[in-house]
Amino acid sequence: MKKMLNIALPKGRLGEKAYRLFENAGFACPEIYENNRKLIFENEESAVCYFWAKPSDVAIYVERGAADIGVTGKDILLEYEPDVYELLDLKMGKCKMAMAAKADFRDKPTKTLRVATKFSHIASEYFAAKGRDIDIIHLNGSIEIAPVIDLSDVIVDIVETGTTLKENNLVVFEDIVDISARVIANKSSFKFKNKQIEKLISQLSKQLEE
Amino acid sequence: MQKTALKSEERAVLELRSIYDQFGYSPYKMSKFEEYDLYVRNKDFLVSDAVITFTDTNGKLLALKPDVTLSIIKNTQLLPGQVKKLYYTENVYRVSQKTQSFKEIMQVGLECIGEIDEYCLYEVLVLAAKSLRSISKNSVLDISHMGILAAIMDKMSLSKAQSARVLACISAKNVHELEQELAEVEADEADKALLLELAGIYGKANAVLPRLEKVLSGTVAWDAFSQLKTVLAAFEGSELNKMIHIDFSVINDLKYYNGVIFKGFVEGIPASILSGGQYDKLMRKMKRSSGAVGFAVYLDMLERFDTDSKAYDVNTVILYDSKSSLQTIKETVAHYAVEGTVLTLKTADKKLHYRRLVEIRANEVKVVEENA
Repeated sequence: MKKMLNIALPKGRLGEKAYRLFENAGFACPEIYENNRKLIFENEESAVCYFWAKPSDVAIYVERGAADIGVTGKDILLEYEPDVYELLDLKMGKCKMAMAAKADFRDKPTKTLRVATKFSHIASEYFAAKGRDIDIIHLNGSIEIAPVIDLSDVIVDIVETGTTLKENNLVVFEDIVDISARVIANKSSFKFKNKQIEKLISQLSKQLEE
Repeated sequence: MQKTALKSEERAVLELRSIYDQFGYSPYKMSKFEEYDLYVRNKDFLVSDAVITFTDTNGKLLALKPDVTLSIIKNTQLLPGQVKKLYYTENVYRVSQKTQSFKEIMQVGLECIGEIDEYCLYEVLVLAAKSLRSISKNSVLDISHMGILAAIMDKMSLSKAQSARVLACISAKNVHELEQELAEVEADEADKALLLELAGIYGKANAVLPRLEKVLSGTVAWDAFSQLKTVLAAFEGSELNKMIHIDFSVINDLKYYNGVIFKGFVEGIPASILSGGQYDKLMRKMKRSSGAVGFAVYLDMLERFDTDSKAYDVNTVILYDSKSSLQTIKETVAHYAVEGTVLTLKTADKKLHYRRLVEIRANEVKVVEENA
């Protein structure tokens, strides 16, 4: 009997788009299109089981082996550094991690820079590499308002179109890293479900090249 | 003691010890504490650099061992040409990356110290493979050679930061970012292509070696590859050969490791359970002229591996009252103990899951409940 390949996809548009690539790669599970509240879908015929997870949790499912494969953003991989293989860049969900501030912001090196962010690890590493002394203010959402209400000098956040920044009178000062969706694999699963995983990756790569 | 009564990590310790004994490795016992200074000097060698420290009565700063290898090297003096083969079962104290708190981890491992030749490398690999096999038939030993990557990267004259990024990409099988990273490096295109090819290689040794032979022929990595090939050739015809894979994503610190390195995986356990390699560079750093190779098995990972989850806490529960004689209770216990575990109670415990409930009321024995 073929071993089931467990795949964690991020809930939302990105996950749905990724699923279509997986489906075309021969890992279909038609039940997933049924509009209901189910989170786990299994297709014994193609030996695959999908589940929808919170985007930031996908890497945890994969690292802990609950999922063999997952689709997650590079931002999550950089922030949490899970011990997984990063097998493919799906080149979707493209955006940037950037440092933004009010248009009149001028960095004063004599002062500790106050940085509001959801991505404390990425921000710390970025400023440490520049030798800049910072004070991280970890927020869980609405990061853009932090400089406006003088909670921070700058923010480090994901910028897609820049509309949210613009509406809050913020501008990008520096790009930190490009972000896109990546296919990750559990290290142990890669050994024991190698044929299925290699087949999936090669089929996905083919689609991306087309 | 019945083997089934043991937890998987306890069973593993017994089996691993008998494997190492068979190959003439001697048990090595050490103190729980070690001078903190030893770890400060070799911080990067440790899995996590946080160490539990305390001041001894004489004012010396001591640490609860976070690692065994450093202590073994420190305490082992060798005569020229001598080889020492040791194994240990020790608890180490490390910060868990997941919880960021200290954990006591039971670790079994072995070290072969002295003039390391190809037979020593082969023997340690055999023992690593046998260790994995004793835990599960479905296990894999991934092998790489730090000398191969190091030779190519040295030739490319990468900066320290570039080298770290290249190794991180190879370790994550992240070929797409490795390609971007190498595009910014000024080096021979053939060497860049070689690194990219190695990063994507994974497979059984007998399938991968011919391909490696072709791509590494005439390169700076040839000597290291030849050693790997010689050692792996010794596995031909052995049952263990099937579980040996070549994987360059197995990476360890270039500062300490120089030769064959390996990691072991067991199906059903999400991370590597065994890790080791040849660490002559650490020996040099600790002012030892000889070489060394060894590995450790992380037994804490086995906790979740108990597949035979029991449906019952106990096979038979015997409830007795104060009117029953000691003789009747004793005989009833002896009767049911033949077929499994027995727990005697005076009052029922509703949380307990049992297969059978027996009551002794005024010396009258009656089975009151049988569960399938």
